[in-house]
Parts: sequence; structure tokens; C-alpha cells
Amino acid sequence: MNDKQLVISAKGLTKKFGDFVANDHLDFDVFQGEIFGFLGANGAGKTTAIKILCGLSIPTSGDINVAGYDVYTETEQIKSNIGYMSQRFSLYPDLTVSENIRFYGGIYGLGWKEIKQKRKKLIEKLGLVEERNGLISDIPLGWKQKLAFSIAIMHEPKIVFLDEPTGGVDPVTRRMFWDMIYEVSESGTTVFVTTHYMDEAEYCNRVCIMDEGKIVALDTPEELKRNYHAQNMNEVFIKIAR
Amino acid sequence: MINIFQITKKYESTTALDSVSFQVDDGELFGVIGPDGAGKTTLFRIITSLLLPDSGKVMVNGLDVIKDYREIRKITGYMPGRFSLYQDLTVEENLQFYATVFGTSVKKNYDLIKDIYSHIEPFKNRLAGKLSGGMKQKLALSCALIHRPQLLILDEPTTGVDAVSRKEFWDMLKKIQREGITVLVSTPYMDEALLCERVVFMEKAKILAMDSPQGLIKAYSRDLVSVSADDMHRLVVDLRKYPDVNSALLFGHEVHYTSRSGRINKDELINYLQKERHNNIKFRKIKPGIEDRFLELIS
Repeated sequence: MNDKQLVISAKGLTKKFGDFVANDHLDFDVFQGEIFGFLGANGAGKTTAIKILCGLSIPTSGDINVAGYDVYTETEQIKSNIGYMSQRFSLYPDLTVSENIRFYGGIYGLGWKEIKQKRKKLIEKLGLVEERNGLISDIPLGWKQKLAFSIAIMHEPKIVFLDEPTGGVDPVTRRMFWDMIYEVSESGTTVFVTTHYMDEAEYCNRVCIMDEGKIVALDTPEELKRNYHAQNMNEVFIKIAR
Repeated sequence: MINIFQITKKYESTTALDSVSFQVDDGELFGVIGPDGAGKTTLFRIITSLLLPDSGKVMVNGLDVIKDYREIRKITGYMPGRFSLYQDLTVEENLQFYATVFGTSVKKNYDLIKDIYSHIEPFKNRLAGKLSGGMKQKLALSCALIHRPQLLILDEPTTGVDAVSRKEFWDMLKKIQREGITVLVSTPYMDEALLCERVVFMEKAKILAMDSPQGLIKAYSRDLVSVSADDMHRLVVDLRKYPDVNSALLFGHEVHYTSRSGRINKDELINYLQKERHNNIKFRKIKPGIEDRFLELIS
């Protein structure tokens, strides 16, 4: 992976809220096309770090570069070069499938002609031709999540951040979602993903585990399992987070 | 404890529950397993008398959820999926409030909640809205138990919770069950089904199966093999192109493969994968898990 281009570089990333240290000197690099899993117990500091990497929050200290831009001074450039999707916030339920695509295309600064082309391709690919004029609130969660992901990468960002994208999704759709993640990563986009499903941690190229604001492990799933004498990532996680 | 007979509930054009029936025995730890949108929350709202079914009948401890709702509420503790305590009251005030509403006192039933509440007691003067996720959950559970209910109903208590906290939460549920309280819990995590005595699988408003976790796994009918190779993603794609494929799904660091005929010819399959230039192919016959059974049922 070392010959690949660096897309995220964090050295000493620290964020304090008063006396509370949410992120304590995090050091990590993420490469182009990599599927990077970001794990940790609730409250370990994952969301704080993701907000900083997305240009939504300024760190207290550290040298951090995302998609070639500085997180202190170039947050607007960062935002236009990344995609973001979470379980909680993704699409507007009171707009139709088609309207959501148009809206986000506009937000990402795509031209109308380009939006129309991409919209047609996207709707066909996801098999939503009949539902295109239906409200988002009426389509099943699994489809919604796949659509939200497709929209998050519509402007061809260098990195896409997925914050618990498969929470509550049925086991078939969850796997179809990972098929999409692989596809995107093969096309060269970096995928930065959080999940509470430990089997999904196995699908990542590398996994970073956080605990109480610090990185406690960062390696490939194979190496982590070897080092912690564990059968699977669930055992690794429980051994580390205990 | 609970007897559900053919309940149906529709919201405009959507059917949330479609003729659902099952029984939960006294003292059982019973799981309702299914993805979002399966109908779990609607079902629980009907059992707790918060929502009326369009048709069908639900009895809780011999009481009718429509006629006897007042009695049912006295013997039921309910922890909804969304945190619903008073954020602007302190931890202690919330607990006292719930005790008073149910006509009891914190002191009277303290022994029941002691193990859970002791974790948050050091923060008893903190506003509930300022608690961390894990602490909110412990407070909500304490409040649902403070009147010593006969039946505890929890709607997806572990959704969005990390693997370690999930394990702790299930340990707490086991303890509550040992106190003689019937526990009905829903979850989208298939692995948690194994922690229940009996479960129902729900999907698209219907019950797909009801049994003990072991019974569900036993009903699995196909040959199941685990395959792995160096390039896992390409392996899945190639397996799906194999003529006899029924399903090829990633399970952590391996692919679970089943065939249409139900039987699997090892040599032919490995030959095919070698021809597709896969390296380091590993192939073994495995016993199905609970998620394999769910996937078999919905495919």
C-alpha cells in the first residue's frame, strides 16, 4: 500500500473540550483506494475525529491533511473533495428519490447536464426506475442506504466517510452494501468507515481501534488477529476494549 | 405471559404487522429478531397497550391489552428504542419520578436495580440529558424496573452500541430474568438471538420462524461451505458466476457458499476457482450459524 498516494495524514491529532481530551495525539495515514475501518466503543472519540477530518471541527493541535488540504485553513476545499454519509442523516424524507439526487448534485456543485446524466445512470443501477418519483420516506431502509451512499460519491470525491452505514439493515442488504464499498474502493476512492458489526471489520484493508481518545491498535485484520491470538475481529475488539 | 393471536396493523398503505401470532412463556428470555422496518416496534407498542391493533387479540398475563390496559401497565416495564426519560431532570429525580408514578418508592425495590443503578449513582445529580449513551441506557433500564414489573419489554436496547457494551447489557438481562421477570427484547443483531431461550424471526411484517436458537439452526437444510482465497472480493464475484450457485455471501474473513441443488461437489468447485486463478483457496464444510438460517429464510 506504500506506493499509493496518501489521502489522509494525521500527526498528533488532538482535540480538547475544556479539560476533556476527546482525541489524544492520534497518528495515522490512509491511502488511496484503501478501505479503512475506524472502530471503538461509544464515547471513544470516533465522531470527534471524523468531524475534524471532514472539515467540520478545528482540532486543538496536530498536523492533519485531508485530500491534500489543511484542516485548519482549507476546510471548504476539504468539504468539496469528500463524501459523507451516516446512518442518522442521509436523505430528505419529504423529497423524492429524483429530487434528492438533484439537490445533492447541486450542493456538490455539479452542472445540471451532469446531474441529469448521473441521475439516470444511478437510478438504473440501483433498480429504482419505478420508485424515482416516490418519496424517500416510502422506500425501504436498505435501498435508502444504498441510494445515500451512491449520492455521497456522486461528485467523485477522493474520500468517502461512512459513519455506521449498515446499522439496523438486514443481513442481505448489509452485504450488498459492502459489495458497493468494494466497487468504490477498486475505482480508487478511499473508504473511511465506522461500524459496530465486527464481521464487517474483517472486510477492511486496515482497521484502527480507538479507546478513551487514543489509538490502541492499527493494522490489517489478519495481523490484529494474530497478535491478539483471536479467531475473529469480535474477539480482538473485546480483548482490546476491556 | 404473552399470548398474541393474529394481530394485524396497517398505517395507510403500509402493513406493519400481518397476522402475527406467538406466545411467550412465564419467566422466558424471548427475542424478536429482525431488521429495521420488520414491524418490531409496532408489535411492542401493541403489547404495551400504547397502540391498538386493527384486528387480532393480545393477552398479557391473562389481561386484554385493549380492555385491561390500566392493569397491564402496572405489571409491565417498557424501555423504548429512543431515550425517553426527562432530560432536564437529574438521574435521581428521574428514578424517583418513575417510582412515584407507579405508586412505589426507590427504597422499596432498590435491591432489584442495585447492580445496574450503582454504575450511575455517582452521577445522580447530573441531568439525564448530559449522560453518555451507556449511562442513559442504564438509567432507562433502572426506571423501567423500579416498580418490579412481571414483564420487561425492551425495544432494540443494543442498537448502535459497541460489541463490549452489548455483551454487558445482555449479562444484565440474564440477571433480570433470574429475578423471575419475563423479558421480551428486540434486536437487529442476529448473533444476539443465541442469547435468548426462544426467538421469532421477523421480516416484512411477518413471522418467518419461531423456535429456540438451536432449533432454528437445526432446520437449516443445505450443504454449507466456507471458502476463502487471497482476493476475497474477486472470490465472491466469481462464486456468484458459478452455474450451480444459490448464494455466496461474505461472513467476516470467509465466504459462505450454498448451491441451488443443495449439495456441493468440492472438486468441481475448487477446479473452477483454480481456473479463475485464485490463490490459496481454502474450502471446508461448516455448520450453519443463526445468520445463515435467517438468510436462508429470506432468500
